Amino acid sequence: MLNTGIPLQFFIILATIMFFIGVYGFLTRRNLITILMSVELILNSVNINFVAFNRYLYPDNLQGHFFTLFVIAVAAAESAVAIAIIINIYRRFTTINVEDVDEMKY
Amino acid sequence: MELTFNQIMFIIISGVIILFSVLTVTSKRILRAATFLLFVLVATAGLYFMLNYQFLAAVQLTLYAGGIVVLIIFSILLTSHISQKFEEVSISKKIFAALAVILGMVLCIITILQYEYSATTIAAEELNMKIIGRSLLGYGREGYALPFEVISVLLLAAMVGAIVVAKKVKK
Repeated sequence: MLNTGIPLQFFIILATIMFFIGVYGFLTRRNLITILMSVELILNSVNINFVAFNRYLYPDNLQGHFFTLFVIAVAAAESAVAIAIIINIYRRFTTINVEDVDEMKY
Repeated sequence: MELTFNQIMFIIISGVIILFSVLTVTSKRILRAATFLLFVLVATAGLYFMLNYQFLAAVQLTLYAGGIVVLIIFSILLTSHISQKFEEVSISKKIFAALAVILGMVLCIITILQYEYSATTIAAEELNMKIIGRSLLGYGREGYALPFEVISVLLLAAMVGAIVVAKKVKK
């Protein structure tokens, strides 16, 4: 079932809108965890692109499918490390606001 | 024009995705923002189901919606009060960010609409677990053994790194 009645452009436009909403959050948020959430939005929109291109243009190859899997794994690793760092920052500064965390070391 | 079932589903799912993404980046309360992010990720899994990639949708649900969001919620509970509200961002910063974002979005959408995508006529084959497993561990054409191993090492390194970073330092 290749032709689902939806043009490929719709998927890409949806991913574009989601990507730029993530960028907006990245620019305006001042809390480390919400910045991390914006990055997750950006990664997710890229995944939609990969999958839609794979299904519509090259359904006999599976590159898009597998690279989406790898992107999800990288996102999981990234958020685990980021949250470890955030908890460590909270222990030292008792805040996770990026404007208050302005030194790397005592 | 009669809308097919697929088109109605796509409209609903994309509406949910856009609405909750906006709420994720604008919500004043951090725990609510995390919940809205969960809705976005679940709706994305719905998109994968629509495109007939069941395995990918299952991975999206378990790893993203089940793993990452729970991790984020845990860290929220560890670092901030549940009812804590963010201070207002300055209006000029909001306006400049929105301007940059809308400019980029319009540019990208115009470029996308100008390009003619030639949809393939090759029939999509059924993607079952056997093909996925053989591809992930295959090393010939259509094999992804190398990225699979690299991602394994990366996950191990990230795990060890996270434990070392979050560990309490003895004084």
